[in-house]
Amino acid sequence: MLTISRRISVIVSLCLFSYIGLISETFSNETSLETINSGDTAFVLVCAALVLLMTPGLAFFYGGLVRKKNFLSVLIQCYIIIGIVTLQWVFIGYSFSFGSSELITGFIGGFDHFALKNVGMEAKGTIPHSAFMIFQGMFAIITPALIIGAFAERTRFSAMCIFMLLWTTLVYDPVCHWVWGGGFIGAMGALDFAGGTVVHINAGVAALAFALFVGKRKGYPDKISPPHNLPFAILGTGILWFGWFGFNAGSELAADGIAANAFVVTHVAAATAVIAWAILDWIINKKPTVLGVITGAVAGLVAITPASGFVNPMGAIIIGFGSSSICYFFVAYLKPKFGYDDSLDVFGVHGIGGIWGAIATGFLADEAIGGTAGSLAQTMIQIKSVIITIGYAFIMTYILLFIVNLFVKLRVTTEEELIGLDLSDHRESAYTVLE
Amino acid sequence: MKYIIAVIQPEKLDEVLDELTKNDVHLATVSNIMGRGVQKGIAEVYRSHKEAGSLLKKVKLELAVNDDFVDATIEAISKGAKTGAIGDGKIFVLNLEECVRIRTGEKGSGAIG
Repeated sequence: MLTISRRISVIVSLCLFSYIGLISETFSNETSLETINSGDTAFVLVCAALVLLMTPGLAFFYGGLVRKKNFLSVLIQCYIIIGIVTLQWVFIGYSFSFGSSELITGFIGGFDHFALKNVGMEAKGTIPHSAFMIFQGMFAIITPALIIGAFAERTRFSAMCIFMLLWTTLVYDPVCHWVWGGGFIGAMGALDFAGGTVVHINAGVAALAFALFVGKRKGYPDKISPPHNLPFAILGTGILWFGWFGFNAGSELAADGIAANAFVVTHVAAATAVIAWAILDWIINKKPTVLGVITGAVAGLVAITPASGFVNPMGAIIIGFGSSSICYFFVAYLKPKFGYDDSLDVFGVHGIGGIWGAIATGFLADEAIGGTAGSLAQTMIQIKSVIITIGYAFIMTYILLFIVNLFVKLRVTTEEELIGLDLSDHRESAYTVLE
Repeated sequence: MKYIIAVIQPEKLDEVLDELTKNDVHLATVSNIMGRGVQKGIAEVYRSHKEAGSLLKKVKLELAVNDDFVDATIEAISKGAKTGAIGDGKIFVLNLEECVRIRTGEKGSGAIG
């Protein structure tokens, strides 16, 4: 009896589901324009959620690497950026990045999508305009959040909030417009599939400027305690890696072959970079390290980002191996010589890895995949786009820091820094000493 | 031989260790502790609920020193830990009866340094 009633309930629910499916199909056919593809829309919406998850992942990646007295400060910085940039994006950011009218031709979008005007259910490509808008919004969130690693443990929360609002508006939005919104770098023919210049070089260079402006942490480099919780950093990296599939494959904005290729090369490059960093650690420091392995993963993911729609898996292996090698050399040998305190190596991994990835896209591109073959000419275009991005991001970030610092001091007092930002800026502690 | 216990503000630990190093005192045991004195610390707030008046985070240093180093040690800790505000901490000096170096079996003053 029981099995029969179960069977009946299964049949009934199947009928019900297909009926609901039928209704919703009819409904969607009525309301949406004919170019919207349901598969692409579903894919891009899921990818947008994956990209959002990268920011909490990043929070734990960074948070695990700081001292325990500053753990919460890094987490709250990541979360407040989700809040600030989302509203900025809704009101002005999307319009500045992807507006069809331009305030300055080729440089920045206009006000035509102010407060999401004319951004709704109509088609943009094969997906609803609002799906495109929110997917891009997640990129606008993670990019400033990446910079946190450079100024962690010593920067005033209020000043950081103001800076991030200005930076997103005056650095992220224009650069995004140049590359993806119809601006001059895209017109130059530069290849940037998912954000080598827009996201990683942009954030990496801003991080360098921030680290230089705000100065070293007290006690750097000899008296800074090691990462307070590496397991959190590992977990954060896992979430980043997972989210990165949405970042790169989703950038195709369609559930097609190029998206699948982007997924595959993203994974292959990260896996190669993990092995490469571990081997370098093994040779140079005699032991493979956990922090090395996750740094390698991020370096590989960063470098494959601009290339993921253009290279094949063999190209991905070269990019992943190259990224770990170059970033390792930079972080272990060059950075100590320069002496600046980019606390969590945002420039060393995102900046350097992004530059390598953007340039490598120029000579490793496979015509069968993205329609562009690797060549010297393409590589020169890539280098040009990298130099323009570096110059703009560095100079504008430095100017913005200078302006913000006139009104609110970016650096906390020495006493606050010694007490730790969790307690001095947020009145909370990540851990209790006693039960 | 004296056994010196100091309870200080956590953020002053580095300065205290620096001062001790300057005075050739290199051996110290450090632990995270909770304590309470007369001062009010930095209250933590959770969903607007203030956690005040309870135990505060402190750091405890313990050092075994020979008699010649007692004054220098006390001065070094005071100098490094002092802010002038309530809550700077306290230093306790106890007589130390014996000290044994496990590796060699050495005893007394020679075993401390």
